[in-house]
Amino acid sequence: MEHLEIRDIQKSFGSNRVLDGVNFSTEKGEFVSLLGPSGSGKSTLFRMIGGISSPSSGDVLLEGNSIKNHPGSVSYTPQTPSLMPWRSILDNVLLGQEISGKKDEEMAAQMLERAGLSGFEQAYPHELSGGMKQRVSFIRSILSPQPLILLDEPFSALDEFTRTDMQKWLLSMWSEHQRSILFVTHNIEEAIFLSDRVIVLSQRPAKVIKEFEIPFERPRKEEILLSEEFLYMKKDIYQEMRSSHASANY
Amino acid sequence: MRKWIELGWRPLLVITLLFIVWEVCISFFDVPDWLLPAPSQIFGLMISDWTNYSHHVFSTVELVLIGFVIGSSVGVIVAISLHLVPFLKQSMYPLLILSQNIPVIVLAPLLVIWFGFGILPKIIVITLVCFFPIAIALLDGFRRTDRDLMHYMKMAGATKKQIFWKLEWPHALPSLFSGLKISATYSVMGAVISEWLGASEGIGVYMTLASSSFRTDRVFVAIFIIVALSLLFFLLIMWLEKMTIRWQASEEGDSHGTSRNS
Ligand SMILES: Nc1ncnc2c1ncn2[C@@H]1O[C@H](COP(=O)(O)OP(=O)(O)OP(=O)(O)O)[C@@H](O)[C@H]1O
Ligand SMILES: [Mg+2]
Repeated sequence: MEHLEIRDIQKSFGSNRVLDGVNFSTEKGEFVSLLGPSGSGKSTLFRMIGGISSPSSGDVLLEGNSIKNHPGSVSYTPQTPSLMPWRSILDNVLLGQEISGKKDEEMAAQMLERAGLSGFEQAYPHELSGGMKQRVSFIRSILSPQPLILLDEPFSALDEFTRTDMQKWLLSMWSEHQRSILFVTHNIEEAIFLSDRVIVLSQRPAKVIKEFEIPFERPRKEEILLSEEFLYMKKDIYQEMRSSHASANY
Repeated sequence: MRKWIELGWRPLLVITLLFIVWEVCISFFDVPDWLLPAPSQIFGLMISDWTNYSHHVFSTVELVLIGFVIGSSVGVIVAISLHLVPFLKQSMYPLLILSQNIPVIVLAPLLVIWFGFGILPKIIVITLVCFFPIAIALLDGFRRTDRDLMHYMKMAGATKKQIFWKLEWPHALPSLFSGLKISATYSVMGAVISEWLGASEGIGVYMTLASSSFRTDRVFVAIFIIVALSLLFFLLIMWLEKMTIRWQASEEGDSHGTSRNS
């Protein structure tokens, strides 16, 4: 069953055409990555799925219902960790639940512990490293009641090793909690390693150029990053992006 | 406490040096008392005359406290209503600035004519000088709410009320305190000015009596007390700020290690 459906979304800011008929859909429980160059409108698309920005035309459907201009239907993790500096870590991860009604502190404390953050429940965000903040931000999303999670380049500010650790951690959380995830990145390797499907967007004005099914079986190990199949996949996607880049007039 | 001493010794040293230079100049040039008394004389009088003027000090402190609480409440209420109702902001913001262009010295006698010699005109004067820095600082704090957090709140389906109490208000607290600190010092000046209008006691009254009887030394006692009170109020607000805002990074750390913009 189609979980999220993006129908022919167009968006312009004045004369700046950002999205030019974006179409795709995701299934329940699926991990889908949106891969696109910087400035192609990925964050803009997320804001429209989140219902806080309205498309010039087109529609966004979640389980068959339009969620255009209807915030609160998805859980969103912004591009920066965006924790509230005046809230303790525990209160920060509870924010999503607080907004929608019921708090479950025990569950929150448990998840923090599983993320290696035990002892930091009462700390403030400024006492945490960048990677820790990202984990907190993601736990906040998972604890929110919405079935679809949007992640906007959550790991782009981390170093290579931390990033790989975080990716593995994210996959384990995802398989455990059975949510649908829509993940934005401009890192090809990251998209392949994490996703069931990778959707490639063109340069601005953005369109879907191609979708790639990622066949690697789960749970995925770090070793597949170096396998031949993986590198072929990466090359395919790279060429696809490269050709779209060349055809844009810059 | 040690930190306070570490931070405080430099200004203290400067002030002490200033007093020493002042003292030396007075005796060297043989300046008469009624023109400019020496610091030692002023401090001496401050101690010996305490029983004569202490009730003035207490009366002023009381007035400042009442006026400051009312003035800052007005400032906070004005800021919140202008922020939540865009129409009010557009129509009232210029008026807000206009209110600061009326010289208090001119307005004060009028207030006495309208409201008599009671406490009301005095509170109005203090409120007028107090509310403005608070309203402006708080409005600025609201305006600068973090954009990513705002997006998060909206996408999570937060109501306007939730956005205000969970995001905008706590975000603006540091700005509120900058406004409160300015107003705290203004409120002492405001109280003294309002006492000049006509009051039975207060530092302002003590000062008027002193200057009309050419007791320059007492005028200086009054000035020193006003300065000390202002400083005390300022420190009090600073302490309150420290108690309220516990989440800010210490000086060594920076608070946003990995923030980047899209
Ligand atoms: N509120 C806005 N008003 C005007 N233009 C906007 C606005 N938001 C985004 N844009 C424009 O839309 C385009 C896409 O921006 P967006 O942030 O969605 O890109 P992105 O794909 O997320 O890039 P990155 O990978 O660097 O985060 C940019 O050209 C930007 O200038
Ligand atoms: Mg972006």
